[in-house]
Amino acid sequence: MDLLVEGVREAARLLLAGDREVWSILLLSLQVSGSATLISLALGIPAGAALALARFPGRGLVVSAVNSGMGLPPVVVGLFVTMLLWRSGPLGGWEVLYTPAAIVIAQAVIASPIVVGITLAAVQGVPREFRLQLLALGASRAQMVWMVLREARLPMLAAVMAGFGGIISEIGASMMVGGNIKGQTRTLTTAMVLETGKGNFEVAIALSLLLLALVFLVNWALTSIQQRHAR
Amino acid sequence: MLRRLLLILGLLLGASAPAAAPSSVVILSTTTSTQDSGLLDVLVPVFEKRTGLSVKTIAVGTGQALALAARGEADVTLAHAPALEKKYVADGKMLNRRLVMYNDFVVLGPGADPAGLRGEKKAAEALRRIAAAGARFVSRGDRSGTHTRELALWKAAGLTPAPPWYIESGQGMGATLGIADDRRAYTLADRATYLAFTRRIALEVLVEGDSRLLNLYSVMEVNPANGPRVNAAGGRRFAEFMLAPGTQAVIGTFGVDTYGQALFVPIAGRTDEEFE
Repeated sequence: MDLLVEGVREAARLLLAGDREVWSILLLSLQVSGSATLISLALGIPAGAALALARFPGRGLVVSAVNSGMGLPPVVVGLFVTMLLWRSGPLGGWEVLYTPAAIVIAQAVIASPIVVGITLAAVQGVPREFRLQLLALGASRAQMVWMVLREARLPMLAAVMAGFGGIISEIGASMMVGGNIKGQTRTLTTAMVLETGKGNFEVAIALSLLLLALVFLVNWALTSIQQRHAR
Repeated sequence: MLRRLLLILGLLLGASAPAAAPSSVVILSTTTSTQDSGLLDVLVPVFEKRTGLSVKTIAVGTGQALALAARGEADVTLAHAPALEKKYVADGKMLNRRLVMYNDFVVLGPGADPAGLRGEKKAAEALRRIAAAGARFVSRGDRSGTHTRELALWKAAGLTPAPPWYIESGQGMGATLGIADDRRAYTLADRATYLAFTRRIALEVLVEGDSRLLNLYSVMEVNPANGPRVNAAGGRRFAEFMLAPGTQAVIGTFGVDTYGQALFVPIAGRTDEEFE
């Protein structure tokens, strides 16, 4: 119990003292997971909408694959992305292994199925009659898709929250493709593992409180947008 | 004629491989103890400042550190499993193995000492007693340098440890110490990590000082033939930096202000035979 109190005190001290290392770790986590979320949205929303509106043979199989992908284990993604990015791997020429870019790639892979899956559900949640009506009123197909996405935007905010929340708290892939390098690829979660390994439990607790606070703040901002529009 | 050939060769290399310009990144694969003890946090910035190179430290178990290097995924390796290292050197995967420093392993156990280890000087005999008493022992079980040494000690004791009293944690030294402490079990640890944990755990040092408990760290360069894009020049510079007198002096005093004793003893230039 003392340790927890000590951890809270340490967290406050690290933040208030403006500890450069802690702030840069916090910033890196936010940048990396933020970019990965944006990439997964750019890929996932069109894919999810297309999957929701299109009918083609084997669609059921693809939807099942997407839904399974929503539970993609980060450590599996980490392993495969590492092997792709190895110097001896197919993308070795990029030389991005052990850089923040590698973490962005891995996290985007983890978040994309989540975004696709939730977009799919959100778009399918829009009544079919609404779509038919739009087309009947003379909307082009592109206009119809745009209106449907607008209609589904509130449930789709859940995709942003789930995607971001999933990857900022993810550890397996970040550790493997990033390497937890001080000042370069050390994120909140990998730093936590390191500090626990060093026996610096107060620092680990402080970092975990920061992570929780960060996730809460981001979700709070998104939720307030969602609920304002929902009224 | 020769000069002209060299010139053509140089032009060809320069034209065909612009990326072959000396890379500014050196990947160091190493064991967790060098990172967890904080030693690399002190040494790496000095090296980076002096050479302008940027070091990517990948801290994993010694087994994985060597495996990565053998695939050409690293440029230089700092490890602590001499027998395993020599195998990689013999296979031509690693070059120029040189001793950097040492500290020692200690056999830790609960104060109650159910296997009666206290006073024992020989590590192998201590393990024999643990097995005979069926007392719990937590092993790293992760092919790390510490795990490799532990297995060698069991072999020296003429035993094959087995459950239920033999527990494999599969985790790093810190986590393993936590488990051993919680289960009131015996374990083998490197002294640097043990010292970092003395505040947290009640385990006591029961056996120390045996020559079999010596923990030698060596630096090795990665054979550029192991894979594409190995930064051999950068790896060599890091290896040489670890052996330089200035660096060795820093190693010799590292830890004094935190633990009241140095965590490592610098031994650049000495040979394995001197420690056998």
